[in-house]
Order: sequence, then C-alpha cells, then structure tokens
Amino acid sequence: MVLKVEHELHHRRRGRNLGLGLVLVGFVAIVFGLTVVKVLGLGDIRVIEGADHVASPTQEIIAAERAAAEAAGAGEDGE
Amino acid sequence: MSDASLTDDMTREAGFGDFVSLLKPRVMSLVVFTALVGLIVAPGDVHPFIGFVAILCIAIGGGASGALNMWWDADIDARMRRTRGRAVPAGRIAPGEALGLGVGLSGFSVLMLGLATNWMAAAWLAFTIFFYAVVYTIWLKRSTPQNIVIGGLAGAFPPLVGWVAATGSMSLEAWLMVALTFMWTPPHFWALALFVKSDYGDAGVPMLTETHGRPATRRHILLYTLALIPVALGLGFTSVGGPVYLAGALVLNALFLRGAIRVWRRDDAAAEADRYAAERGLFKLSLWYLFLHFGLLLVEATPLAGALQWS
Repeated sequence: MVLKVEHELHHRRRGRNLGLGLVLVGFVAIVFGLTVVKVLGLGDIRVIEGADHVASPTQEIIAAERAAAEAAGAGEDGE
Repeated sequence: MSDASLTDDMTREAGFGDFVSLLKPRVMSLVVFTALVGLIVAPGDVHPFIGFVAILCIAIGGGASGALNMWWDADIDARMRRTRGRAVPAGRIAPGEALGLGVGLSGFSVLMLGLATNWMAAAWLAFTIFFYAVVYTIWLKRSTPQNIVIGGLAGAFPPLVGWVAATGSMSLEAWLMVALTFMWTPPHFWALALFVKSDYGDAGVPMLTETHGRPATRRHILLYTLALIPVALGLGFTSVGGPVYLAGALVLNALFLRGAIRVWRRDDAAAEADRYAAERGLFKLSLWYLFLHFGLLLVEATPLAGALQWS
C-alpha cells in the first residue's frame, strides 16, 4: 500500500484553518477601521484631553488664548 | 487503527463550510436586508463603515441564534428528512461545538455592536438572540402550535436593531417595521405548511396544520392577513413612508388579501386538484410582499422620493 502524504482530510483541515485565518484578519481590519473612524470623528481633541484634569500642552495653549482674550476684553471695557 | 475506522473519522470531520452552515446563511439574508433598511431609513447620518459593522454584527448575532437553535434542536432535526443532513444531526459537528460557537458569537456580536454604535442597540440584539434561542427554541417551539407566531417576533426585530444602531433611540416607525414582519410571518409559514408534506408530527413539534387541522390553518392565514394590512398601510403614513410606499403597499396588500381569501375559501380536496396552486401562489407572493415593502421604504429614503414626501 502506498502511503499518501496528502489526504482529502488535510485539504479540509487546511480549508478550515484558512477560513479561520481570514475571519481573524477580517476582525483585525474591522477593529482597525472602527478605531480610525471613531478617532477621526472625535472633533476637537482638546475636549478629550481636558477630560483627565491633567495639564497638557494643548490645555495650556487654550488657557493662554483664554487669558489673552480676557485681557483684550478687559482692555476694551476700560476704554 | 483499521482503515475502516480511519475512513469513518475522516468523512465526519467538519469543513469550514459546515460551521458557516450552522449560522443559517439563508435566514441571515432576510435579517441583513431588514436591518439594513432599518438603519438606512432612520433619521440622522451614520458613517458608512459604522453602518457596515452594525449590519455585520446583527447578521452574526442572527447566525449565532441559528447555531444555538441547531444545538438544541439536533434531536428534532435528526428525525426530519429536510433537516437530517444538517451538520449536528449528521455528526460532522459535535453539539458542544455548536453551542460554543453560538454562545461565543452571541457575546462577540453584542459586544462589537455596542462598541461600534450604542449599548441600546446591543441590548436589543442580545434580547433578539435570547428570544429566538431561549423563548422560541427552548420554551415554546415544542409546546404550542402558536410557535410560528412567537418565533416570528425574533425574526422581526432586526429592523429595530438597525434603527436603534443609527439613532440610539426607538420610535413608532421602528416598531411598525417590527410589526410588519411579525404579522407577516404566520401567513407566510402556514401557506408553506399547507402544501409541504412535513414530518413535524413525527418529530413532536406541534404545527397548527396538525394540532388544529388544515381548515383552521386556512382561517388563521386569513385572520393574520387582515391584521397585517393596517400595519403595512399604517407604516406609509409615518415619516419613513410616503406616496411611493403607500401606492406599492396598496397593490401588494390587495394581492395578498385576495390570495389569502382564495386559500381560505377552498378545502384540501380542491387544493389537491390543482396541486396546491393557490397555497403555493400565496407563499411565493408572501416572499415578494415582505421584500417589496422594505424595498419601498428604501425607495422613500432616496432623495428622489424625498421630493414627494408628505409635507
């Protein structure tokens, strides 16, 4: 009897492994796509950064802008 | 190991397609279509990719409940000719594997839908899976001839899940879409039950044709059709409807009512004479009926029909 190395069973198993592999790749693609879409849809990033109450560069810029605007406003009131 | 046992093991091993078949792809197509319509006709913009993921999750959730159904019903499936070749009764997939796939995909689809859209949509998807797998399959299918009616509710939820995924809230329109599929299911299935020689009786599943007789089934078809019509037409007066939908719905409902009356007015002797032509006709019409109603809702959602919208 000649031993066959490749049997139909192996093809079926390979098909199953390939199928599962494609499902996993698809899942990675979906999570990646969702991440991109959600992050791009966040709007003004400064709002998110402010959520943890920790000073951050963009928060400092906002604070500086606000202070400048208030100073300008006070200047206008004084005239 | 002898050659014989080796061959036996090998013919039993499942391929990838067997696992896909557990998800009932044909049922999935109805779920995908109605959920997609629910998502598209809902007010507000959904990012196309998020919409795609939402529909995918709803489809996988529907498939998961199909796998749970095949796990629980393997004993029934083994006794009926139509279902004997399914992967679990045929022995290609172990019942535990079907259960694992069903539970795993249920959790996965609900979680992903919640992350992609909102948690109310995820909760409705979870409820739909629970309703089909537990309330219908486990509790009611084997105990009441109204099983088709109740099971139809599970099949009716996808447009609501699609709507909630898009808007984050429910509405009259979404519930009317649920009611449309819900009321449509009994006449659709009972028309099929009249002309298909089933062996549900052998499998111990109570079907209306066998518990209450065929004349009662014909009467039930007409009664449910009469209840279906106001739902189908009522949807035309909501924000998702419009003149195009209403015109189409009027024609479809008139045809459906005519078909139901024809089925109601005859007995089995007359049906045998023309090989169940009226019953077959009503079943075929019922497929078009649902497809076209949801199709007309899609048409109403296009900018072209928007010009004709109720003001």
